Amino acid sequence: MSIARIPIGALIGLILTAMFLIMAIFAPWLAPFGNGEIVGEVWAPMSAAHWLGTDNIGRDLLTRIIFGARTTIFIAVLATALSFTLGSVLGFTAAVVGGWFDTIMSRLVDLLMSIPTLIFGLVVLSVLPSTMLTLIMVMGILDSTRVYRLSRAVAVDINVMDFVEAARLRGEGTIWVIFREILPNALSPLISELGLRFIYAVLFLSALSFLGLGVQPPNADWGGMVKENKDGIVFGIGAALIPAAAIAALAISVNLVADWVLNRTTSLKGGRG
Amino acid sequence: MGGATVLKLIAQRIALGVLLLLAVSVLIFAGTQILPGDVAQSILGQAATPQALENLRRELGLNDPAYIRYFRWLFGILQGDLGTALSNNRDIASALSGRLANTLFLAACAAVVSVPLAILLGLLAVRYRNGIIDKAISGFALASTSLPEFFIGYLLILVFAVKLQWFPASSTVYDSMGFLQRLQAVVLPASALTLVVLAHMMRMTRAAVLNVMQSAYIETAELKGLGPLKIIRRHAFPNAIAPIINVVMLNLAFLVVGVVVVEVIFVYPGMGQYLVDHVSKRDVPVVQAVGLIFAAVYITLNMVADIAAILANPRLRHPK
Repeated sequence: MSIARIPIGALIGLILTAMFLIMAIFAPWLAPFGNGEIVGEVWAPMSAAHWLGTDNIGRDLLTRIIFGARTTIFIAVLATALSFTLGSVLGFTAAVVGGWFDTIMSRLVDLLMSIPTLIFGLVVLSVLPSTMLTLIMVMGILDSTRVYRLSRAVAVDINVMDFVEAARLRGEGTIWVIFREILPNALSPLISELGLRFIYAVLFLSALSFLGLGVQPPNADWGGMVKENKDGIVFGIGAALIPAAAIAALAISVNLVADWVLNRTTSLKGGRG
Repeated sequence: MGGATVLKLIAQRIALGVLLLLAVSVLIFAGTQILPGDVAQSILGQAATPQALENLRRELGLNDPAYIRYFRWLFGILQGDLGTALSNNRDIASALSGRLANTLFLAACAAVVSVPLAILLGLLAVRYRNGIIDKAISGFALASTSLPEFFIGYLLILVFAVKLQWFPASSTVYDSMGFLQRLQAVVLPASALTLVVLAHMMRMTRAAVLNVMQSAYIETAELKGLGPLKIIRRHAFPNAIAPIINVVMLNLAFLVVGVVVVEVIFVYPGMGQYLVDHVSKRDVPVVQAVGLIFAAVYITLNMVADIAAILANPRLRHPK
C-alpha cells in the first residue's frame, strides 16, 4: 500500500491529525513560551514574536493553543476510550447473554438517549465537582449509549454464526465467546465509529468548556480559550476564532480519515457491513 | 383499514411519550442526587454549623426519603409550580415563561428558514446527483457537522455586527420591543442555528429521496412511460414524505437543544442561557426544572415525528 493511493482528502486529514497529535504530545518542547506565562500586551496582533498574537491577559496565543491541544485531545481520547470499553462490553454481553440483562440494558439506553446529551450533561454537572475526572466520566458514560447500540446490533448478527455455535458446543464460556469470537469480527465497524465518537467528544468537551462548565482555569482547552477571548470579538479582535478554528480543523481532519477508513473496510467486504 | 386503528396507534404513541417523560423526570431527579451533599449545604456553604443545616433541611423537607421528595417535586410541576431558585429565591415558573417564549421564537425563526431551504437543497442534490452541486453540498455538510457552534456564531458577529454593523452584536430582546425589531435582533443567532442544522437535514432529505428513487416501483413507472414530473408527484413524493417529515422533526428537536450554546454566544435572554447560568451557580431546582422542560420539548417533537410518519405512510399502520 503506497502513499500515492491514499485519496488527497484523507492524506490532508492524516497529516493534520498527526500534526495535532505531535502538538499534544510534545507541547512543552514545541511551545515558544511557558504555559500561562504573560509575555506581552493584551490582545496584541499577530507578529514575528507572537505568531498568533496574544490573548485576553497577554499570554502567547500559539503557546496556549499548543497546550490546549494537549488538554483537549487528552480528555477526548480518555472519554472515547471509556465510552468504547463500556459500550462495547455491555453491548456484546447484552447480545450474547440476552434475556433480562439485554432488556434492562436496552431500555436504560433508550431512556438515556431520549434526553439530549448536552442537557443531561448539564444537569449532572450541576452537582458534580468540576474536575477532569468528572468530565471524562460524564462524557464517556453518556456517549457509551451510542457505542452500546452499535455493538449490540453488530454482535446480534455475529452471535448466530456457525463458528460461535461451534465454540459454544466445544464448551467455551460467555467471556471466551465475547472476547475471542465476537470482538475480532466486530472490530471493523467499531473502528470506523471510533473516529466519529472522538470528534463528538472533542465538540462536546469544547461546548462544555465554552459554557464555563468544562475544564476550569488556569488550565484551558480550546473551548475554554474561546470563552476567555470572546469579549474581544465586539472590538473586532478575532483571537477567540483561532482556538475555534483549531477545533474545527481537528474535527474535519479526523472526519476525513474516518471516512477513508470506512470506505476501505467496507469495500474489502464488498458493501456496507 | 378504518380510522379507529389509526387513532388507536396515535393514542398508543402519546401514552408511550407520557410514560417516557415520566421515566425521564425520574432520571433527571436522580441525576442531581448522585452526590452526598444536598441543597441545604449548597445554600449555606461549607462553613455552616450543623444546627443551621438541620434547621434548613427541616424547612425544605430534605429529611424525607428521596422518593417522597421526587413525588412532591413532580406534583408541584404538574400544578405549574416549578419551585423557587436557590440563588435569588425567585419563583422559577415566572422567571421562565418569558424566556421560554424567547427561545421558542428564536427556534421558530431558524426553522422557518432552514426547513424549506434544506428540502430544496436536498432535492437539488438528488436532481444533479454526483454533479458539482451535489459535491458542493456534501462538502458543506462535512464542514458544518465539524464546525463548533461558536465558530459559526463568532464569525457571524465579527463580520456582520462588528465589521459591517448590519446587526447588533448581542441579541438583547425585551418585552416592549416591536416584532420587526425583535426579528432584527434574532437574525444572527437564527442564521447560526440554521447553519448548524441545515447540513444534516439536507443530507437526510437527499438520502430519503434517493432511496425512494431507486425502488422498483419507480423503475416500473419509468418503464410504463410516465413522465418524470408525474413519477415524482404520484410515486416518489408520497413515499419520501414520511422520512422527510421525520428528519425535519428530529432537527427541530435538535434546534431546541442547539439553542443552548447559540444563546450564550449571542447573549440572548432565553432558556438555554438561564440553564447555563444556574448550572454554574449549582442552583439545582432551576437546573431540574429547565432540564425537564428541554427534555419534554425534545420528546414531544420526537413523538410528533412518529405520529406524522404513521399518518403519512400507511405501511406503518400495521405493526408487524
